[in-house]
Amino acid sequence: MNTVIPDRIKIAYRYPARAVGAAGALLMLVSIFLPWAYGTAALDDMSYYGAPSPLQLCFGVLALTVLALLTIPLVGKQRLGKWAKVLAWNTTAKTASITALITAAIAVTSVAVELGGLLNVEIGGWLVIFGGVAAVASTLFLPDSPEPSLDEVKSPKWLQILAIVVLMAVALFAAAFALGQVDAGAFLTFGSFLVAVVMVLRQFGVFGWLGMAAAANNRVLVISAFVVAFLFPFTQNGSNANMSIAAQVLIFAATALGLNIVVGLVGLLDLGYIAFLGAGAFTAAVLSESAYSHFNFHPPFIVTVLISGLVASLLGLIIGAPTLRVSGDYLAIVTLAFGEIFRITMNNLDGNDGPDITNGSNGIPDIPDLNAFGFNFGQPHVILGIDIGRFANYYWLMLLVIALIIVVFTNLNHSRIGRGWVAIREDELAAEAMGVNTFALKLLAFAGGAFLAGVAGAVKAHHDVSVTPDQFIFLESAFLLAAVVLGGMGTVMGVLIGATILKLLPEKLRFFSDYRLLLFGLLMVVMMRFRPEGIVADERRQLEFHAEDEELAEEVEEELITHKAHLNPEREVFEL
Amino acid sequence: MGIPVEEAIKQVQTMDRNVLLDARNVTMQFGGLIAVNDVSLQVHSGEIVGLIGPNGAGKTTFFNCLTGLYKPTFGTVTFDGKPLPPKPRMVVREGMARTFQNIRLFHNMTAIENVMVGMYTRTHTSAIDAVFRLPRHRHEEIASTRRAQELLEFVGLTGVGDTLSRNLPYGDQRRLEIARALATEPKLLLLDEPTAGMNPQETRQAEELIFKIRDLGLAVLVIEHDMRFIFNLCDRVSCLVRGAVLVEGPGEVVQNDPRVIEAYIGSPATPPAPTTDSAGGAADA
Ligand SMILES: Nc1ncnc2c1ncn2[C@@H]1O[C@H](COP(=O)(O)OP(=O)(O)OP(=O)(O)O)[C@@H](O)[C@H]1O
Ligand SMILES: [Mg+2]
Repeated sequence: MNTVIPDRIKIAYRYPARAVGAAGALLMLVSIFLPWAYGTAALDDMSYYGAPSPLQLCFGVLALTVLALLTIPLVGKQRLGKWAKVLAWNTTAKTASITALITAAIAVTSVAVELGGLLNVEIGGWLVIFGGVAAVASTLFLPDSPEPSLDEVKSPKWLQILAIVVLMAVALFAAAFALGQVDAGAFLTFGSFLVAVVMVLRQFGVFGWLGMAAAANNRVLVISAFVVAFLFPFTQNGSNANMSIAAQVLIFAATALGLNIVVGLVGLLDLGYIAFLGAGAFTAAVLSESAYSHFNFHPPFIVTVLISGLVASLLGLIIGAPTLRVSGDYLAIVTLAFGEIFRITMNNLDGNDGPDITNGSNGIPDIPDLNAFGFNFGQPHVILGIDIGRFANYYWLMLLVIALIIVVFTNLNHSRIGRGWVAIREDELAAEAMGVNTFALKLLAFAGGAFLAGVAGAVKAHHDVSVTPDQFIFLESAFLLAAVVLGGMGTVMGVLIGATILKLLPEKLRFFSDYRLLLFGLLMVVMMRFRPEGIVADERRQLEFHAEDEELAEEVEEELITHKAHLNPEREVFEL
Repeated sequence: MGIPVEEAIKQVQTMDRNVLLDARNVTMQFGGLIAVNDVSLQVHSGEIVGLIGPNGAGKTTFFNCLTGLYKPTFGTVTFDGKPLPPKPRMVVREGMARTFQNIRLFHNMTAIENVMVGMYTRTHTSAIDAVFRLPRHRHEEIASTRRAQELLEFVGLTGVGDTLSRNLPYGDQRRLEIARALATEPKLLLLDEPTAGMNPQETRQAEELIFKIRDLGLAVLVIEHDMRFIFNLCDRVSCLVRGAVLVEGPGEVVQNDPRVIEAYIGSPATPPAPTTDSAGGAADA
């Protein structure tokens, strides 16, 4: 962050600045014991003296963080030893204050909106803002710290694994808590708090270290992430509301991961991708035992899934074979048209204009719950004394599907095929001139991605109970693409995050869903301007977006080297 | 290198120097512009042939015709006894590989990855192999990595395997392009100005490298503006001017031909070449 304050002034005023900042942090800390709202209906009820609400406790965490960041360095460089250098104390103090102030502003604004006017903001609310402003203003006077280098500090393996496991547990807890917020203001405030925590940890160098630890213990990371995701339904006490959203998020994420092969790995723009999800969903619906299906062929679900995937990938081949020879904008236009053609066709397969397959715009309702693996997905049951409802069953099934998709995605990416894809993205003509069968590789991505979407669609049909053509409008394709671009093209983690944000926010926030087109549009514009590589950046993609950045190129090179060590376990063999 | 040198040399000696590349009356027309005009050229196996000519003479365009990037307007190209296949990647599979005048590496891939892309036609890991990590994937990955490492060493790029190709110095990028082309296991290597932008020392190294490649049993067809380099290196040289072959023959003959000197230095009697500058864009494909 650049400030206009000259270094001379920063040096001269660094102690007073620290003092004022610490005082601001103390004010924030005190404020959580004071009421913020006049009335119990706002956020999670912040109307008491001496009894902080959970959200107020979050502010306590932020305030203590700022306080610690400002006061600990006072013990002196000698005592801090290497920690003075490897951690970015000052810059993080600034980040922490700014994010705390923004979070406080969101909370206070929410109070005002929900209770009908600023008048309802109580002393604590004003105090936290005042303290935040003081902290921000004073930390601007601190000299910037050098880039943190915590990732270069040696740490024992058990500590790395412990950190990953703790992080995952915290993530589970945070996700459950966030989803438990019914109040829009509370949800937003907590979301902002999470962003603040992430930014502070990143700035402090902890994320760099965690990234290193994650790369070194990749297996632990993946397994614990899945364990946490698996445990999520147990935090919901049988409530179906959140589990339904969670299952929808996973269906959306699975489709976005399929699209990510096409967009992220090969660099083709597909604007009609939702059609493949639709093809899978309609296939599964037609093959289901729904009374409205006109087919009398009801294979077991495992077969249905395969057929759905194959139908979708067949469509992918049909649309891809003639169009993948054209590139860029033409492909985007053709796929966009294809998406619409699919929807309109489904609308017309109603017996009037064509064979009666989909019942036209009524679609196929009444799709029975899945009955697979000797297990009825509609049946709630009790595990360890906790109710597991219908949606939790689908959630787990989707988790399995996503795991499979991730395996397909990463294994393809790190292979001869994946190298060919990168080569196509970098310079298609040179790739062709080096013998890469660019057309076949693009077609493979197209059909493979479509297959994965088709599989997701098969589950979606049963989860949603009914399948209608208007579920597969262009807007959905646009959202899928937005999830990929927002999260980070070419990454698994990024697209999971992007899909979660895009699906979760409109579900949890009424006003967000009213203005979601406007807000997502704005979000995309902002992202394209400031971080075109997305929230989680794929190293190579990042380089493509910042072609001139030499420093970044050096960094990425180092990262690629560390990455390869675990992606390529046979590597040691060659180096002997 | 994978091919033992002795064996390769023996191969060259036992083979009667058969015609590897046979281009006949190749003509390439862009609208009204005849970039390559009725050019015939033969390359025998184990031979180094030079292609010279002033800027815009059509050398790169001729390369593009040979490698399937352009389809010649007239003329036939036969490679290794068979007509040239229509697609660049098929040409590569037949055993012809090239480098580009303006380096076209995959800049955001590491050196070793660049070389491994070159092995695409010679490896067979399918999507299924890759997804399920079947033995074929594992064996091919191990073999290709080792081979790529050897190729990098062969061209003199030891220890830079994990460097992004965009971070390599210019001369190394040219060498990496050669390694990538060699990875396709070619019988004929086409080099488009391999020493452009190199200092004298690097040029000398490039010269040695090309001899080393020839000693492996490969034929080389090289475009260059550096006359000393060309006449040192080549068994035969062909000089193109305004799309047509002006002179062809052994180095000494071409070197001393007055018409060649005139084409380079220019004389008031000759009309100017149709287009002089081709450094940019389309011509270099
Ligand atoms: N795709 C194309 N479309 C139109 N004209 C082209 C195309 N490619 C090449 N040309 C023209 O053909 C002529 C020959 O160009 P070419 O690049 O083959 O020359 P060159 O001998 O390689 O020159 P240099 O030594 O500068 O590389 C030039 O006039 C160029 O402008
Ligand atoms: Mg040229």
